[in-house]
Amino acid sequence: MIKRALVLLFLFALGTLFVELLLNYTPDTELNQTGRYYAEHSAQDIGTANITTAIIVTYRGLDTLGEVTVLFLTAAIVGVLLGRGNHKGKSLQRKLPPSGELLTTGSYLLVPLILLLGAYVFINGHLTPGGGFQGGAIIASAILLMLLTDPLRHFSHSLIAAVESISGLFFIGIGVLGIFYAGGFLDNRLLPLGELGALFSAGVIPIIYSFIGLKVGAEFSSMLVNLSETEDT
Amino acid sequence: MITIAMVTGFILILMGLYGALTNPNILRMIVSFTIANTGVNIVLVAVGYIQGRTAPILDEAVPVAEAAARIIDPTPQALVLTAIVIGLGVTTLMLTYAYKLYEMKGTLNIAKFSELKW
Repeated sequence: MIKRALVLLFLFALGTLFVELLLNYTPDTELNQTGRYYAEHSAQDIGTANITTAIIVTYRGLDTLGEVTVLFLTAAIVGVLLGRGNHKGKSLQRKLPPSGELLTTGSYLLVPLILLLGAYVFINGHLTPGGGFQGGAIIASAILLMLLTDPLRHFSHSLIAAVESISGLFFIGIGVLGIFYAGGFLDNRLLPLGELGALFSAGVIPIIYSFIGLKVGAEFSSMLVNLSETEDT
Repeated sequence: MITIAMVTGFILILMGLYGALTNPNILRMIVSFTIANTGVNIVLVAVGYIQGRTAPILDEAVPVAEAAARIIDPTPQALVLTAIVIGLGVTTLMLTYAYKLYEMKGTLNIAKFSELKW
């Protein structure tokens, strides 16, 4: 009882803080200095139609590398924690009811389409809303659908690991090439910027974002597969 | 518009924290944390919104020359993209630890985990 009262008190204090924040908030009517810089310069300097992509992949590319590293670490920790002592012999023996006609047929129809949409989203990340992370998540959702249809389905861990490491290597390799042949680490002007709004434009951004998409898709898939291979104890 | 989004975000944060603090079940706590996480993201995106402007994507509707006067702030959006991805990583880790805890004790009731209680 006391605990609940304390919780409510804490939430009340926090809520008062939020109300205060909300009442004193005056929305911007102009872009601030950073936003203005990005709005004015990214079209000529980076050549992306989607300014958010320019920020994520090039202006703050190092942060994105860190973000990808965090995801990689998560996938690795999940693998280490769940993979231990979970061998073929004892696990994956449970009996499951069939998953049903609708789900099975639906997944045959939807999985290729979802994969295609994921690839589209990360290849067009510099032109439309979307990008590597979103595309990767969409690809992983196809894997999730396959796992829902057949929870005992075996996915090759080594294939997922290979896709992930190769795309990670290419991502960093392109970044390092930027030091030698362009303005710095992860500079996108390795390739010509091209015409604003074309698919092959913005230098190496579509390539980097595709590798990020593959890497994120592989990481999410490995998390899903690891979690689905756990057994009830 | 901004007010609606911000109020929703703040309410989601409070709801999530309430759930995380009062539910004894670890899985429900994890769900509550993701709700609070969503609330924070909504508030952050709302901060970058400017009345009457459009998404930071250049096309026929938003020519390069007028970009600074026509688009909303792209920085919070980039930040929130990062936050969503990291949030997903944190959720996965929480789920993994919840599984390991269940494996150890056979229960997900937080009251049964008293090793570090003082």
